[in-house]
Amino acid sequence: MNDELTTDPSKPSQRMRAGSLSLTLTPWIVAAFLLLVLPFVFTNNSAITIMNQMWITVIFALAYNMLLGQGGMLSFGHAVYAGVGGFACMHIMNMSDFFAMFPLPVLPLFGGLFGMGLALIVGSFSTRSAGTVFAMISLGVGELIAACSVIIVAFFGGEEGISGDRTYAMPFFGNEFLQPIDVYYLTSFWVLLSAALMYLWSRTPVGRMANAVRDNPERAQFLGYSSRWVRFYSFVASGFFAGVAGGLFGINYEILTEENLNTASSGVILLVTFLGGVGFFFGPIIGAIVFTLLQTVLSLQTELWAFYVGALFLATVMFFPGGLAGILMMHVPAIKLGKAGGLVRPYIKTLVPALIGILGLAALVEMTFHVRHAATGDNEMTLFWTTFDSHAILPWIIAIGVTVVGLGLARATLPAMKEAWSEANSVGGKL
Amino acid sequence: MELILVNVIDGLVTGLLLFMLSAGLTLIFSMMGVLNFAHASFYMLGAYFAYQISLALGFWMGLLVAPLIVGVIGAGVERYGLRRVHQYGHVPELIFTFGLALLIEEMVQFVWGKNTMPYSVPEVLNFTAFSIGANSIPAYKIFMIFTSVAIFIGLLFVLNKTRVGMIIQAALSYPRTVEALGHNVPLIFMGVFGVGTALAGVAGVIAGPVLGTFPGMAFVLGSIVFVTIVIGGLGSLWGALVASLMIGWITTFAKSYNVQMSDILNAVGISTPENLGNSVFRDLWTVTSPQIADILPYILMVLILIFRPAGLFGKRES
Amino acid sequence: MKKFTKLSAVSALSLVIGASAAFAENIKIAFIDPLSGPFASTGTNGLHQFEFAADYMVNQKGGVLGGTNFEIVAFDNKISPKESLIQLQVAIDQGIRYIAQGNSSGVANALTEAIEKHNKRNPDSRVLFLNYAAVDPALTNEKCNFWHFRFDANADIKMDALTDVMAKDESMKKVYIIGQDYSFGKAVAAAAVKNLGEKRPDVEIVGNELHPIGKVKDFTPYSRKIVASGADAIITGNWGADMLGLGKSAIENGFDGPIFTYYAAGSGITAAFGESGKGRIRLISQGGINPIATEEARATYEAFEAKYPEGNIDQSRIFNVIGMLSTAIEAAGTADDVVAVAKQLEGMEYDSQWGGKVFMRPQDHQIIQDMNVGVHTDENIDFDYDNSGFGVYTESTVTMASMDSPTTCDMKRP
Repeated sequence: MNDELTTDPSKPSQRMRAGSLSLTLTPWIVAAFLLLVLPFVFTNNSAITIMNQMWITVIFALAYNMLLGQGGMLSFGHAVYAGVGGFACMHIMNMSDFFAMFPLPVLPLFGGLFGMGLALIVGSFSTRSAGTVFAMISLGVGELIAACSVIIVAFFGGEEGISGDRTYAMPFFGNEFLQPIDVYYLTSFWVLLSAALMYLWSRTPVGRMANAVRDNPERAQFLGYSSRWVRFYSFVASGFFAGVAGGLFGINYEILTEENLNTASSGVILLVTFLGGVGFFFGPIIGAIVFTLLQTVLSLQTELWAFYVGALFLATVMFFPGGLAGILMMHVPAIKLGKAGGLVRPYIKTLVPALIGILGLAALVEMTFHVRHAATGDNEMTLFWTTFDSHAILPWIIAIGVTVVGLGLARATLPAMKEAWSEANSVGGKL
Repeated sequence: MELILVNVIDGLVTGLLLFMLSAGLTLIFSMMGVLNFAHASFYMLGAYFAYQISLALGFWMGLLVAPLIVGVIGAGVERYGLRRVHQYGHVPELIFTFGLALLIEEMVQFVWGKNTMPYSVPEVLNFTAFSIGANSIPAYKIFMIFTSVAIFIGLLFVLNKTRVGMIIQAALSYPRTVEALGHNVPLIFMGVFGVGTALAGVAGVIAGPVLGTFPGMAFVLGSIVFVTIVIGGLGSLWGALVASLMIGWITTFAKSYNVQMSDILNAVGISTPENLGNSVFRDLWTVTSPQIADILPYILMVLILIFRPAGLFGKRES
Repeated sequence: MKKFTKLSAVSALSLVIGASAAFAENIKIAFIDPLSGPFASTGTNGLHQFEFAADYMVNQKGGVLGGTNFEIVAFDNKISPKESLIQLQVAIDQGIRYIAQGNSSGVANALTEAIEKHNKRNPDSRVLFLNYAAVDPALTNEKCNFWHFRFDANADIKMDALTDVMAKDESMKKVYIIGQDYSFGKAVAAAAVKNLGEKRPDVEIVGNELHPIGKVKDFTPYSRKIVASGADAIITGNWGADMLGLGKSAIENGFDGPIFTYYAAGSGITAAFGESGKGRIRLISQGGINPIATEEARATYEAFEAKYPEGNIDQSRIFNVIGMLSTAIEAAGTADDVVAVAKQLEGMEYDSQWGGKVFMRPQDHQIIQDMNVGVHTDENIDFDYDNSGFGVYTESTVTMASMDSPTTCDMKRP
């Protein structure tokens, strides 16, 4: 194996594009507006809690992508930086005298500083090389710190973790952050700020050098840049923003536990980032939103949610290695050519049957599961708002029929869609 | 003294079991560059298949058939999944195996449910082979040792004495050249992946009855397999063996003796502070060796990567 | 898909238009426990027992408050504190006022604190926490609050009863204590040392150690130490795969004394121990299954087995939760005012169908009940576990165990 274990820039889908240094303001204004308005659309507390979780994951995933997408470093233990930042924040929360003179919105900054501190220490030896060596060191350090969480009880609180109360902070313009909605605006402020800072970072010379070191470390060295130090700077900055995410987690849930550090969390953030797409700055944002919805909302609907999530990942990796952002950005040339409109109808023709077919397949899976595992005599099951007897033959015929017809139609119309696709992406008129 | 001997045997069993997993993984990793996160999942599949077969045909048929099924599934995964993802680079490959591990665990739960399966040691081997002091050594452990040693010898023979082995060895070091010489490298990849996963399957079959057959068994094994091959040096069968045995013995001995950190520190001349109270360092002083036994391999790996990135027997970095 | 698919429409909509309590015709109990992941089997079995108990004990008998039914709404917390808190918020938004949880004291700690904060900050939507299995003593001592009710004996009470039985065995001279390295494992070890010291000062504790929870692949080295120490008995609080691993390994590697433990039945563990654990494993539990305590209980168990042939009633206290809650709601005359319901639950004496009285101690909301010590065997078993022929046969009973045990709880009532 001569290739290093990094994102592969020779594949367009995995190349983080470098844009101009100037910051187009439009997307940011739209984002700020959305953040402001969303709580008026989704007013209940659970939706707000889920959105808080989403924004925290967004910051964390963006921080992770500073390593994976921009720096080409694959980390298996990034949760520890978020976790340690969060734990530090919980300890600040519990220093009652100090915390009482402390405005809560500043707390994530301290989380970031602690995350950065840890990244400074670990980065000093782990960033010497990229690829597999870096990946395995990150795995080892991650396991080590996660194991410490049950051993060093004074700092990590053992298995029950460290908890605190955010409302003991100094009131911030009279706000004590009692309700999730207050925390929502705090989180939104930080997500916007962190995202903007991370975007700007990727446009600074250090950020650009990170791309160069990822693509060709040797050549970067010849140009007079130490690839080791460039990696180190990215790593430390990423640790900072991970720590910010940890601090926000602490404010939101008022408790941090071992799960904030363990390798499962580190694995999840890798999946989230990849699902969204490592090749684009906004990829991890999409990934974080989609994954949080899957995890919290889909798991309310079905016990088999992890099965679907696993299948979704496999499908994404196999067919769209650029992630969800990659799928979106595939359409940019067509839009620039003004031919995107021609794609709408073939898309509807293929994707709608495909979706129905997939839902039919999911229905079959759910029905099999129900027949196998439900209580005896409990033959009734509800699926897609219809209740039926899972032991009768008719629902099976319908489900199989829907699946076959849906997928069959999708398959039949696929060539037409492919043709429309190449037509939309070719310059000039019809051949 | 008795306990030391017993621990040597126990550590050997643990180490050899680990070797069966890491042998396949190190071949796969060094040849294809794939950190196969689903490797432990194939181990789990081996145990479940063997359990299912043993219900109908008995343990021995399970031992024979289950690894074959696992190997075929592994080869199928390589042919229809990994090969497709291979063109995108190594990170997507890794994510693919990650997702695969998730999916396999879910599928196992789907089929067999979430409870522990009553898969147990066959009657023929369910007796005490011999005792050292009050400690009995079950015959099954002896069987495990012999099976894994036989597999190791078999692997060595195939790799060093057969034509296929030569090609594999060559493909390990110079895959492009081997391809240029007209060998079907994709086929070799598929074969190696199949054999590697089948070995994991064998490990599952023989470990299932002693370590428990439950949906979390792959997760519990976790990333220790990667640690083994990194310590041993990628692509080195001997390295995998040495590292596996080392990890087996280190963890076994660390768990068997209660050494406290304060004892060690006192021994090197640092005295325990008087008033530890609620200090952050309190817990560091009272750490015992069984508590950290399972993370010792990780510490070892980080140290080795810092000072000798090629691993103990490895010839090249990464 | 179970009952919670019914929720699909509701929760999907609720995310869009906001939850509405208008759906709450039934009295809903949120069941927040792992339904996926490594601990899913325990969670799913608990859910089945809750659903069955609500249906069998309340709904089929005409409901409470003149015809209102109980409904169990399942939430999968993946045994993560974070997910539990999110699901708690979702449950509260759906108008649910009763939260049931049991697996993992870590999750229970997170939930009880979050519920206390929530009730303080939102007096209009207060909720009660029905803890049916998390046994960390802290929950009814320094961390106690008015909203938390524990329907299981805590680790101290269980150890007190267990050591009462152990102390009668004169031949036992050496004991080895081993447990999982977290709050519960430590509580078990501390209670064992304290109780043995009081009841049998002559017994020597030859080992007292903790191992990482859920991470040990092979318990052989631990069993070697136990055998080498010459212990006559093992005390452990292990559960799940850790219990099975430790027990099997100790027996295989030459340990020949009894293993005293808390959780070594059901969820496949009984079947996996099978013959090898016969007469060796002794566990503390509440509720008489073998021999069955009452004819009413027999009917209940048989109805349950008819519905879930592969399931077991391994947590009979769940039936006490449902029974006591419905009694309290009837007495309070309302299900919406949880303070009134909680005041009824405090100090309630309830005749359990599984034998004896149970009493919700008002000082700390800790249930007091008869504790049984049973043995893993296949003799005289009416109701086995895991369809294995093996079950737990009650050997001795401690009546109203730890009725007068002290508590450090300083309960603040609203």
